[in-house]
Amino acid sequence: MTDVADSSTARELSQVIIRFAGDSGDGMQLTGDRFTNASALFGNDLATLPDFPAEIRAPAGTLAGVSAFQVQISDHDITTPGDAPNVLVAMNPAALKSDLGRLEPGGTVIVNEDTFEDRNLAKAGYDTSPLDDDTLGGYTVIRVPMTSLTMEACKDLGVKTRDAERSKNFFALGLISWMYTRPLEPTLDWIDKKFAGKELVIGANKAAFKAGHAYGETAELGEHHFMIRPAALEPGTYTNINGNTALAWGLIAAGHQAKVPLFLGSYPITPASDILHELSKHKNFGVRTLQAEDEIAAVGAALGASYGGHIGLTTTSGPGVALKGETIGLAVSLELPLVIIDIQRGGPSTGLPTKTEASDLMLAMYGRHGEAPLPVIAAYSPAQCFEAALEAVRIAITYRTPVVLLSDGYLANGSEPWRLPDVASLPTIEANYATEPNQVNEDGEPSFWPYQRDENLARPWAIPGTPGLMHRVGGIEKQDGTGNISYDPANHQHMTDIRQARIDKIAESLPPLDVAGDADADLCLLGWGSTWGAITGAVNRMRAGGQKVAQIHLTHLNPLPTELGDLLRRFDHVVVPEMNMGQLTRIIRAEYLVDAISIPKVMGQPFTAGELIERIAAATAASGGPR
Amino acid sequence: MSTAPETAIPVTTKKDWATDQEVRWCPGCGDYSILTAVQLMLPDLGVTRENTVFISGIGCAARFPYYMNTYGMHSIHGRAPAISPGLKLARPEIDVWVIGGDGDMLSIGGNHLIHALRRNVNINILLFNNRIYGLTKGQYSPTSEVGKVTKSTPFGSVDAPFNPISVALGAEASFVARTHDMDRKHMQAMFRRAHAHQGAALVEVFQNCNVFNDGAYDTITKKDVRGHMLIDLQHGEPIRFGPDGERGVALDGRGLATIVDVADVGVDALLVHDEADPDPSVAFALSRLSNGVGRPTPIGVFRAVDRPEYASATSAQLAEAQAAQGPGDLHALLHSQPTWDVS
Repeated sequence: MTDVADSSTARELSQVIIRFAGDSGDGMQLTGDRFTNASALFGNDLATLPDFPAEIRAPAGTLAGVSAFQVQISDHDITTPGDAPNVLVAMNPAALKSDLGRLEPGGTVIVNEDTFEDRNLAKAGYDTSPLDDDTLGGYTVIRVPMTSLTMEACKDLGVKTRDAERSKNFFALGLISWMYTRPLEPTLDWIDKKFAGKELVIGANKAAFKAGHAYGETAELGEHHFMIRPAALEPGTYTNINGNTALAWGLIAAGHQAKVPLFLGSYPITPASDILHELSKHKNFGVRTLQAEDEIAAVGAALGASYGGHIGLTTTSGPGVALKGETIGLAVSLELPLVIIDIQRGGPSTGLPTKTEASDLMLAMYGRHGEAPLPVIAAYSPAQCFEAALEAVRIAITYRTPVVLLSDGYLANGSEPWRLPDVASLPTIEANYATEPNQVNEDGEPSFWPYQRDENLARPWAIPGTPGLMHRVGGIEKQDGTGNISYDPANHQHMTDIRQARIDKIAESLPPLDVAGDADADLCLLGWGSTWGAITGAVNRMRAGGQKVAQIHLTHLNPLPTELGDLLRRFDHVVVPEMNMGQLTRIIRAEYLVDAISIPKVMGQPFTAGELIERIAAATAASGGPR
Repeated sequence: MSTAPETAIPVTTKKDWATDQEVRWCPGCGDYSILTAVQLMLPDLGVTRENTVFISGIGCAARFPYYMNTYGMHSIHGRAPAISPGLKLARPEIDVWVIGGDGDMLSIGGNHLIHALRRNVNINILLFNNRIYGLTKGQYSPTSEVGKVTKSTPFGSVDAPFNPISVALGAEASFVARTHDMDRKHMQAMFRRAHAHQGAALVEVFQNCNVFNDGAYDTITKKDVRGHMLIDLQHGEPIRFGPDGERGVALDGRGLATIVDVADVGVDALLVHDEADPDPSVAFALSRLSNGVGRPTPIGVFRAVDRPEYASATSAQLAEAQAAQGPGDLHALLHSQPTWDVS
C-alpha cells in the first residue's frame, strides 16, 4: 500500500466538507479526528466541528444518540468547517434522519446499509427504509455493508464478534481515506500507539481500515475518487490543534514567560474539563492542579494560590462562573491576579452542555454584586486560544486583577492547523513581586502599604514569606494606600473610581484595532469570539462578489479599544452577528450610541458564512439605506 | 551536639504579633481570650511572622487576621477552608491558620470544611463555636440547640444541630481537638498540637458570645463546675474525671461511650484513650457523650493520626515529574503532537 494510493486517477477538488454521523457508541468523533489529522499532516488547511450529544450513551439507534463530526479540508486558507456538507457518512438510520437535512442538494450519502433493518428504522422513526423509497432522491447514494465487511475482514484474527463489529468506524475511515486520497500511515501509526499492548484490537482496527480502503479501490467507486492538494500556508512548522489544548499550552507558556508557577483550581464541567486534564499532565512545568469539591472551592483555591504568588487559574463554563461570582468579587477587591476561563455553552441552567453558544458576555462583564469591573477577553479561533491565554495572564499579572477569558464549545473542541510560534518570540511578562517596604511610618521606620499604586494603578504583589511586608487584605472596603479598613464615604467613592480607572487603563496597552476588508465600506461587521471564522468567510465571499464590507473583530471586550467608537461611527451600518441574543450589540449601543444591528443565533450550532450573508442582507435592508 | 541554626528565628513577644488596629469585638467577648492565647503562644512556636498567614471567612471571629501582625486575608463567608488549601499547595513552607465561627465553617462553608479535612491539607483550623450568629445580631446557628429562641426562631428552633467534633471525625480528619475560651493554657496546648500536626487540624473552641448567647457553656466551663463537667482526654490514660477522678468513661456492649462511677466498675473497665487509633470509631463514640451543654463533655485531643498530607504529596508528584522528564521544555511541548512543515 503506497502512501497516497494511485492519486493519478483522482479528480482534483479545491475543498470538500464531510460529515461523519453515527451512534454515540460508533466512534464518530474518533473517526473524524483521525481523518482530520491525516489531512493536516498531508498539508491541507482545515476546520472542524465536533457535534455530539450530552449523553455518554443515549439509547442505541435513537435520534438522541446521534454524534457527528464535520470537517472541511481545502487547498487554500479557510476559516470555518463549511456551510452544507458535500458528503454525509451515515452509520445508521438515525444518523441519516438527523443529519440529511444539512447535506447540500445533490450531495453524496454513504450509508452503512447493514444497519438499515426494521428495529433501527423504527427507532429512527422511519416507516419504510429510506434506501428503498424516494427519501434520497436527488442525492448520490453509496450503500456499503460496512458491518458485515468489517466482520469478514476480522474473521481470521481471533477477535470476538462484538469487538470486530466495533471496528466498523475504521472501515468507514478507510473508505473515505481512499475516496479523498488521504495518506494511510498516520492512521496506522496512531492505531499502533493508541492501542499498544492490545494486539487483537490493533489487528481488528487495521484490518477494518484496510478493508474500507480496498473496498473503495475495487468496488467501482472510481468516480468518487478525489484529490485535495496541500494548501499554500505560510512557511513554518504546523500542528493540528483544538482550542482547549491551545488554551492549556498558552497558560503553560504564560507561566514560563512570567517565571511564575501555575495553579489551577477546577471542577469538572463540559466543555472545559479537557483543560484540567491537559494541565494535570504537565507537572514538570511546575503546574499544580486541584480538582476541588465544587466550583466555589476551585476559584477559592486559585485565589489562595494567587495570594501566595502563583498564577491562580480556574477553568469552567457558565454555570461555574455563576457560582464563582462572589469569589471573583473578592479578587476584584483584593486586586490580585486571577484568570477565570469560561468555555461557554448553551444556557440558561444546564442548557445545552455539549453545544456551543456565547451568551456569557454580560455575565463576565457584569455578573457580580457591587461595582466590580474586570477585564474580559475572548479567543476567536482554536489556535488563537494560545495567544488569548497569554494575554489573559499578562493583564492579570500586570494590573493585579481577575481576568475573564471567554472561549466556547466550538473553539474548545474544533481544531485547525496552527503555525507553531518560536518560543523566543513570545512576549515576556514581569511578575514584579514586592520585596521592599514602600513607606516610612511616623517613627521614621520603613513600612509597607499594600495599596500603594504603580504607574498602572496596580498595587504591589507582596507574597507571604517576604520579611517586613506583612499586611492584611480583605473584602471590606479599605483605605487606598494603607489598606486599612475604611468606611469613609469619600474613600469608597475614590476606591470605586480607581478600580474602574485601573481597568480602563489597560486599553493603553492594546495594539491598534485592525479593520479588515474595505475600510471605506458603508457596512461594518463587528464580531467577537468564535464567530470570527464565519464572519471572515462571509466577508471574503461578499468582497469576491463585488460588495464592499469592513470587518472588526474584538479580542478585548473590557476595556474596549479606545478607538472603537470613532471607527464604528464612520459606517452607515454596523452589524453584529453573535451566538447570543445581542449582548455585544447592547454594549456597543450603550457605550457609543451607535445604532448597531444584532444578528443573534442560539441554536447550539455556529453560524455558517452563507447563512450570515443572507441575514446581513436582510438586516441592512430592513434598517434602510445609508444615512 | 548543638549548633546554632543558620538563620535564627528572631526573638519576639506578644506585641510583635499584634497589629496597631483597634480590636472591635464587643467588650467581654470570648474572642479576646482566644486572640491573647494565640498572640502569646506564637513567639514560642519557632516560626516567623512573614511565614505565617491567617485566613478567615466572615463573622465576628473572622476579624481575627486584622489583629495579627502576619500576612492575613479576611475573605468571604464560608470560603476560608476553600481558599487556604490553594495557598498551602502553592507555598507549603507557609504556616496557614484558618479562623471562623460555627455559622461560617459549619453552615455556609460546611462543604469546604469537610473536604479540607478529608483531603488532609496541612492547615490549622480554629473553629470558634458560640452556637449563635453574632455579626448578624442573633439568629440561631447550625450548632444551636433544638428549642432555642432567637430572632429567627421566635417559637424555638426545630433544627437539629451539628456536633462539630462528630462532623470532623466523620470526615476522617487526622487531627481533631476541643478546648474552651476560659482556659488559656489548654487552648495554647491544643493550638500547639494543631500546629505540630502534619495534616488538616481542627480545633473546636467553645467561645462565649456575651451579647447574643451569654453563658452558653456556663454549665460545663465555669470554674466551679469545670472539674465535674469537663473530661480532659489524655493519650494512653484511662478516661477519668471529677475532682477525685471518681467518674470515668467506658464502652458499653454496643461500643457506645458511657459515663460510669469508677467505684462501681473498677479502673480496668475504663476506656484507655488512644488518640492515634487509626479507626475513628471510638473517638466518634467519645464525641457523642455530649454536644457541650449540661452533660460531662470531653475536651482535649480526640484524634491525632498520621496519614498522607495533600500539599506534600502534590509537591512530591511535581518533583518526581521533574526528575523523570526534566524541567518543562516549552518548545518540546508545542511540538509534542504530530507536526508538518510548510516551506
